[in-house]
Amino acid sequence: MPRVTADRERCLGAGQCAYSAPDVFDQDDDGLVTVLDPAPPRHRLASLRQAADLCPSGAVRLEEAAETP
Amino acid sequence: MPTAPPGSPSLLAFPQPRTCPHQPPPGYDALRGQGPLAKVALYDGRDVWLVTGYAEARALLSDPRLSSDRTRPGFPVLAPRFRASVARKLPLIAQDPPVHDVHRRLLNPEFSLKHVRAMRPQVQEIVDRFIDRMLEKGPPSDLVADFAVPVTSLVVSRLLGVPVEDQSFFQDATSRLMRATEAGPSQQAGGELAAYLDRLVTRLRTEPGDGVLGRLASQEVEEGRLPHDELVQIALVLLVAGHETTASMIALGTIALLEHPERLAELRADPDVLPGVVEELLRLLAVTDLAGSRVAVEDIAIAGHTIRAGDGVLVSGTLANRDPDVHADPDVFDPKRAGRSHLTFGYGIHQCLGQNLARLELELAFRSLFTRIPTLRLTVPAAELPVRGTDTGTIQSADHLPVTW
Repeated sequence: MPRVTADRERCLGAGQCAYSAPDVFDQDDDGLVTVLDPAPPRHRLASLRQAADLCPSGAVRLEEAAETP
Repeated sequence: MPTAPPGSPSLLAFPQPRTCPHQPPPGYDALRGQGPLAKVALYDGRDVWLVTGYAEARALLSDPRLSSDRTRPGFPVLAPRFRASVARKLPLIAQDPPVHDVHRRLLNPEFSLKHVRAMRPQVQEIVDRFIDRMLEKGPPSDLVADFAVPVTSLVVSRLLGVPVEDQSFFQDATSRLMRATEAGPSQQAGGELAAYLDRLVTRLRTEPGDGVLGRLASQEVEEGRLPHDELVQIALVLLVAGHETTASMIALGTIALLEHPERLAELRADPDVLPGVVEELLRLLAVTDLAGSRVAVEDIAIAGHTIRAGDGVLVSGTLANRDPDVHADPDVFDPKRAGRSHLTFGYGIHQCLGQNLARLELELAFRSLFTRIPTLRLTVPAAELPVRGTDTGTIQSADHLPVTW
């Protein structure tokens, strides 16, 4: 199952992740990233890759093949 | 094609002159195939790097060894108006961390996707208002003066909390600031805007209203966390960046859609393709042309070259967006491309604060224009529209767009 993390110290609030994968990422009242689902289903991979690729500050990290706990 | 001024006989001059407002300058053909970085010569005779590869552009735009500080010696100056002090001490755009990040975080709440999407009814109402006026007055119309500029300027005013009655003043002052070919008139227009915003911020400190500036004036400035003059400068940047670029995208995007009737027909048949159309227009039109201007503060090895400390670096959004390693047939208008892989909003920590608002405005503007005025067309061929000269910088725009229906 993929794993996602987001670094709120690096985040600059562009919103690329919430636009790419709205069921996994959101922006809080400060406009900064929050992760709604840290272990999203594999069929979300395309949108997760886009979120990680387009994040302009490198705040969003995707581990594609994380072990299921 | 123009080459460099004396001193750099073999290099291509930059900016390159345009012949058509919505196409890249013809001189860019010579830059393609030169690899991801090339040297070009500025009007003052200086050589700088021009980055044209998508991967190299992203790497450099997120590299802290490049500075956005326009007061640093060696920062590339593209045209005389950028020598004006008003163009050199810009918060957000022309500052590095940590100050940049402090300002950016102050502004993020109102520019988030959620907040912007909540503005949809207000933006739609503004779009409809100006289409109503065009229809009431009847053809012909200037789509820039009658639609693109007033819509985008009202939207950014609403978000910031700038009084509606001051629209015409700041539309005029912004226009003079951006189109000046010399530092003097640009400084004059910037000074008028700053004086106006100084009075506005003073008033908002005690009468905040419901815009971004009111929140920052009544809280951050009043409580001593943000100097008054910094908020005035931030307001100036937001106001100017917030409507000129999007207005240009509306005008140039309308031309591009009218020149691709098959794409326009698909858009009318299925409104769900609209986000893809907007993204493809953003990729191809890249209205600022440059995705970033920087100066190196350390040596940087990239793609077999060494950028030396003190070198100027320009990132070509126009050419990076057409990198054939990223997009097959990169010059073709194809809204089905996936991935939003373009640098029109920049990349790295300076990526456009207003990108979510811009996307919303563009979607609503194109949808409403082409459904409410289905026979909309240009009265002159696009290639005959005047282009801005290289002495104003790189921004591409149609200053007038005569249309009928």
